[in-house]
This record gives sequence, C-alpha cells and structure tokens, in this order.
Amino acid sequence: MTIRHHPSAELILDYAAGGLAHGPALAVASHLVLCPHCRRTTQRLEALGGRLMADAVGSQNDSGRAFDAILSKIAGGADESVPALQPATAVFPHPLRMALGGDIGTVPWKRLGMGAYHYIIPSDDGPATARLLLIPAGRPVPVHTHVGTELTLTLRGAYTDATGHFACGDLQEADDSLTHQPHATPDEDCICLAVTEAPLRFKSWPARILQPLLGI
Amino acid sequence: MGHHAMNIGARLDESARESSLLLLVAQSRDVDAFRSLFEIFAPRLRAFVGRNAGAALVEDIVQETFVNVWRKANLYNPERASAATWIYTIARNARIDLLRKTFRPEVDANDPALVPEPAEPAFEQISRDQEDVRLKRALSALPAEQHEVLRLAYFADMAHGDIAAHLNLPLGTVKSRIRLALRRIRLEFGEEP
Repeated sequence: MTIRHHPSAELILDYAAGGLAHGPALAVASHLVLCPHCRRTTQRLEALGGRLMADAVGSQNDSGRAFDAILSKIAGGADESVPALQPATAVFPHPLRMALGGDIGTVPWKRLGMGAYHYIIPSDDGPATARLLLIPAGRPVPVHTHVGTELTLTLRGAYTDATGHFACGDLQEADDSLTHQPHATPDEDCICLAVTEAPLRFKSWPARILQPLLGI
Repeated sequence: MGHHAMNIGARLDESARESSLLLLVAQSRDVDAFRSLFEIFAPRLRAFVGRNAGAALVEDIVQETFVNVWRKANLYNPERASAATWIYTIARNARIDLLRKTFRPEVDANDPALVPEPAEPAFEQISRDQEDVRLKRALSALPAEQHEVLRLAYFADMAHGDIAAHLNLPLGTVKSRIRLALRRIRLEFGEEP
C-alpha cells in the first residue's frame, strides 16, 4: 500500500493532544492503522505532550489522601484490564470495527441512490457525522460542498476527483471551498469513511430535496 | 552550551529512573514504585490539566489516570515512549473518557489490519533518547508565543478557535503559530518543513 495523501501535521497534533471530536478522531486513528509514517509522527507529537506535561510546574497538595483513594479504587475493582481480543484477520482498522461493532461484512448499508450505499455511524459526540460510503465501480457520488472540513479515508478501491486520486489508506482533507464530484475508479467498488463537521450540501436540486429523506 | 547539555543529561537520568519505576509497577506490582510515580507526576498532571478544568474534574482525571497506569502498566514499552509520554497518553484518554463518555479511537498494536513499518526502514532510525533530546532542543528553541499556543493545544479541549479567544488573537495567528512550531519540530528531526 502506497499512501500519498496524509493528514496535515495540525490534524495529527489535534489527535495527539486529544482535541478532536469522535468522528475526526475515528478517521485519523483508522488512517494511522494503515500508515506507519503518520504513526511515527503521532508518537513524536505524543512525546511532545509528555514533555509539556513533565515541564508543568505543580505543587504537592493533599497527595497522601488522593493516593490512598487510588489504591482503594484499584483494590475494589477488577484488577487487570483485558486488552481487546483481536481476530485473526480484518479488513477495517480496529478503531472503525469498534465504532461499528463489526467488520466490513456487518455494515447495515442503506440505499443512497445511483447504486451507492451509505451507513451513518451513530455517535452522540458533537455535530460531526461519520459515515461509510460505498460507491459502485466507475460511478459518482452526488456533487456536494461542505460546511467546514470533510475528512475522507479510502478503505477499499479508489476514487478520483478534481484534486487527485485517492486509494486505500489515503486521507483527503477538504475544506468548505471545495465543490467536488468524486468518482469511484472503474476497476473496483470504493468504500470510504467520510467525516463531515456539518451536513453535506448537495448541488443538484433532486439530491438537495432528497437529502432530509435520505438522512445524508 | 555546556549548561544546556548538562540539563539534557540530567533529564535523561530522570527519564531512565521514571521508566524503571513504571517497569517495576508492571513486572512486580510494586506499590512503592507506584507511589513514587504518583509523587513525580500527579502534581505536574494537575498543573497540566488544571488550567482549563474545575478542581473536581482535575482530581477525577488524576485518579482515573493512575488507576489506569496501574492496570495497564504491562502495556508500557520503554523503547517506544518515555514514562512521561506514556502517562500523558493515559491521562489524555482518561480525560476524554470522563468528559465525553465515548471511547477514544486508538491504534491497537495487535490489530490484524495494521500495516507494519517497512522492513527496510524508510525512516532514519534513532533511539528514543535521541528523539527526546531533539524534542527538548526543538521546544527550547521555540519563541515564547509559539510555545504558549502549543501548550494550550495540549492542555484540554482547546480547539484553535478557543485558543484564539483565550489569547485574544485572530484565529489565523493561532493557526500560523502552530504551523511554525510544528515546522520547527520537523526540522529538528531532519524532515522537510
């Protein structure tokens, strides 16, 4: 897998700093699973967080009592946390499987029209919407603009738009100035995770009228 | 310069001691080592998260963090992260879990979907100690205004817009300070800006 489109350093910084809402964090973490290069950047930015924390100047106050409370909480709870059991094989990255409660075969796809399907991943964390999109080989997604940023992580197949070619593992960061019509490449259906800060604005009237009905 | 090098040397000793305390917790469930880690890091953690959170939330974060440090100590790998960095990530996640009631999307090293690093390293291989030295050097070279913006980005839920409001600066200024700080750090690691 050769990844050509990476999240910006600013986006990885926000992930490492814990400032991203669930949807964007899901897209970034899933990209990290597929991209050793950005994992390394993340480690470095986490080390930066560690450094900044270690440099913070604190004062000891009431530490004895706080420590005793921690010991009794440890004694009271189930002691060791069990790491999540991993299956032998997987298509989707672990963070996405956690959010979906399953892998690629369990997605409850809903019809989106023009042969495309989607599934909105339930989340109660802020206005961002995370959805899986399935675009049939060679077909387009309706033209749309964004309110705010859209992050699109390709999970299978590839798509192209006016700005480039996006294959498995690529993360496209598009701001609201971009009006685009992505097309899946002709050889394979394309599955991607698209995270928008606010609902999409479709350009064509039928799509706009249907938007509330389709829940997109 | 000599003074600077000495500082870094002292930091490395400190960092090695902190790592070995964490390993004692992992391997021997050593409560004294755990208490030492708490005494080293709890005050710093309070100061770190305290700026933007109420006192009760700060104590919840500290408690949740150290409960998880105890429970997850066996996952600590000293070759990948310093004790400070690892505890920082535990605290960051504890904070998110407490505030948002949703799990934080995280990479799991055992994920079968994980694409491993290439066998022929495409990256310069440097030790974690060397990484620490470079990071420290990059941080100390940052202008105060960039340092401040970075610190705010890492403390708590401050989106760039919140930082701008907090510092009474235009959003564009905050973003460009963050960009400049990140560029300085990338340069320190010999990457293209």
